[in-house]
Amino acid sequence: MGLATFRGGIHPPDKKALAAGSSITDVKPPKIIIVPLSQHAGAPCKPLVSIGQEVKKGEAIGEAGGFVSAPVHASVSGKVVAIAEFPNAMGRMVNSIVIENDGKEEWTTLKDSPDYMNLSAEELKEKVKAAGIVGLGGAAFPTSVKLSPPKEKPINTVVINGAECEPYLTADYRLMLEKPREIVEGLKILMKVLNVSKGYIGIENNKPDAVKTMKDAVQGAPGIEVIACEVKYPQGAEKMLIKACVDREVPPRGLPMDVGVVVQNVGTALAIYEAARFGKPLIERVVTVTGEGIREPKNLMARVGAKIADLIEEAGGFKDGAAKVIAGGPMMGFAIASLDIPVTKGTSGILVMPEAEIEHSEEFGPCIRCGRCIGACAMGLQPFMLSILGEIGHYEEAKEYNLFDCFECGSCAYVCPAKRPIVQLVRLAKSMVKP
Amino acid sequence: MEATKKEQNFIVSVSPHVKSDETTSRIMWTVSIALLPALLSGLYFFGPKALFVTLLCIISSMIFEHLYFRIVEKKSAVGDGSAFLTGLLLGMNMPSSLWSVSPFTIHVPIVASFVAIVITKQLFGGLGFNVFNPALIGRAFALISWPKAMTIWSAPTAAFFAMDAKTTATPLGILKEEGVTKLIEVFGDKMSLYQQLFTGHRAGSIGETSAIALLIGGLFLLAKRYITWHIPVSFLGSAALMAWVMGGKGGLFTGDPIVHLMSGGMMLGAWFMATDYVTSPSMKTGQIIFGVGCGLLTMLIRLKGGYPEGVMFAILIMNCFAPLIDRGFRSKVFGAVKPATAKEGSK
Repeated sequence: MGLATFRGGIHPPDKKALAAGSSITDVKPPKIIIVPLSQHAGAPCKPLVSIGQEVKKGEAIGEAGGFVSAPVHASVSGKVVAIAEFPNAMGRMVNSIVIENDGKEEWTTLKDSPDYMNLSAEELKEKVKAAGIVGLGGAAFPTSVKLSPPKEKPINTVVINGAECEPYLTADYRLMLEKPREIVEGLKILMKVLNVSKGYIGIENNKPDAVKTMKDAVQGAPGIEVIACEVKYPQGAEKMLIKACVDREVPPRGLPMDVGVVVQNVGTALAIYEAARFGKPLIERVVTVTGEGIREPKNLMARVGAKIADLIEEAGGFKDGAAKVIAGGPMMGFAIASLDIPVTKGTSGILVMPEAEIEHSEEFGPCIRCGRCIGACAMGLQPFMLSILGEIGHYEEAKEYNLFDCFECGSCAYVCPAKRPIVQLVRLAKSMVKP
Repeated sequence: MEATKKEQNFIVSVSPHVKSDETTSRIMWTVSIALLPALLSGLYFFGPKALFVTLLCIISSMIFEHLYFRIVEKKSAVGDGSAFLTGLLLGMNMPSSLWSVSPFTIHVPIVASFVAIVITKQLFGGLGFNVFNPALIGRAFALISWPKAMTIWSAPTAAFFAMDAKTTATPLGILKEEGVTKLIEVFGDKMSLYQQLFTGHRAGSIGETSAIALLIGGLFLLAKRYITWHIPVSFLGSAALMAWVMGGKGGLFTGDPIVHLMSGGMMLGAWFMATDYVTSPSMKTGQIIFGVGCGLLTMLIRLKGGYPEGVMFAILIMNCFAPLIDRGFRSKVFGAVKPATAKEGSK
């Protein structure tokens, strides 16, 4: 048997070649930033600034609103001009702080720690928390929470997620090529904080150069191993990556910590290193701006809060016929209606699709029970039943078919010959019943 | 950004934003193509009247489908190919003699198409909701309503324009009435019996006679992953086993499974009828149970029942159980220790 993997999954065309060759470049500083106070899972932030106040780059402007929360920081220096509700990529109105860039790029004082590996686990964890670090793979779960597992769930393994299984996206790939040592340092910090001796870096094998670079980078680092995984969506889903790397199955409705594992994205590992070493808060991230509808696909180091329009401009603008803009990847990303929506900590890509690439899904047929979705489902569900029960409104019955085990990866809808909006029907059912 | 681009209306829809190029209609047309070798073989052995009967079924099925959509004021989905496939399967399950024996029997394919499309499929909710295989209900209705017309079999002839072909009995008919010795005698010797069953040079429904042509189509679907092995293999395997154990006159373990596998509608049924997505279970374990049920019931009817052939009724009976089998055999959720039952799931 070949590479490590899981059962189920699909093989969409990966289209990574569009942006894979472009090294990470900076976007010119945005004139204005919109920083949502809720860009992570959990409680929204409380604003720490008021309108008219001058802020420096890296200054905290929102404090964590609870245990499951993360502070937000200014990604430019300038003046707070508004605190109001703005739409996010999901179309929800979110309280946000708007800052006008004064162009000075003036940093707040950051606490440098050249000997960060000698800090205590508590001190390191505090730095991660203060830096506002959340999972950069897309779900944006506050990292400090993952670093504080309850006593009854001992952690013995850290897995770094470099799978990047979403088609088109190359942000993590570029990071692995360009900042391998920093990523490994981030992993070491994680291992120290969690007091574990085993670390893995899981990478899909369609990035052999990234696998090689990371293998070189972990040379001499005890307990750390790079795993080349089979190229299969959703290999980068936490549960699937854990299965592939350490052959443990997270129980239904459980969390990675139930099998003693913490998973962090490669971008998160880098952010952890930068927070520990330089005290740098999470104010920028790599965003892949790509797709057949964009002139010059690029991997951009973008400020959190920059408008998506700024990034698209940086990537040469739209080609003629650009019809759909997606925040995230094509499988799980959100189609956005306006380019004024800001980049958040969870924005891994901006995908622009031309008319020709778009499946018009307004029309769909009845389920013919072909079973393709069953084979595609990485969670071992029967998605066709969820779609049928969701369509006729039998939401309670959908729970008998493990509705809440679905993490909406979209593999079922990808393979469905009747083009049924299975993910949409699952979301509908989930919203109508209690777990 | 230029103002024009800001005002652009973007398409907003739910993820995923990419889909495979597989479609329902492509599946229907591909299965129809897989039936082509068997159909051509039927046309070769039974001539233009076979073509006529098949076309009559296809055309009336599609017309009934279209008319139904018109009457209920829905957008016609006749182009998805499912009515074509039902008509094609129905035609291949009919004797070609419906045309030549008496011109008055040509209403049989038309009525059977009506029963298949309107009653069995559309009145049960349309594509995806029918409990029974439409083509098989159409055929069962015809067989029960016009038992004589549906059991007059033209002898195979490679002469394409031999309109006045003689009628004869099917191999299973001979086996039932006169036994295996007579069957071998009719075909010359055992080897040539196998040979002719294999090529399709025997009396029977238009599309059921050529084992090799059906096997080619079935393997094509298997290779394309349009079907899996579970139903055909369990169907044919259990039927062969029962034919061997119970099928002989000389006591247990003296039956001839090869004759049984290649005669009647066994190959057509196992590869193309029992594998119908809608009317068979969706989980692999359920599919094996379904296939074994089909195989055993077929042989039970052939060996102990009143009809010489049992494939049609066997599949229809198992169609009834498909929803029940699906309820009993759920998928194993990732990470679950044992398959989640309804009770656990609802907690």
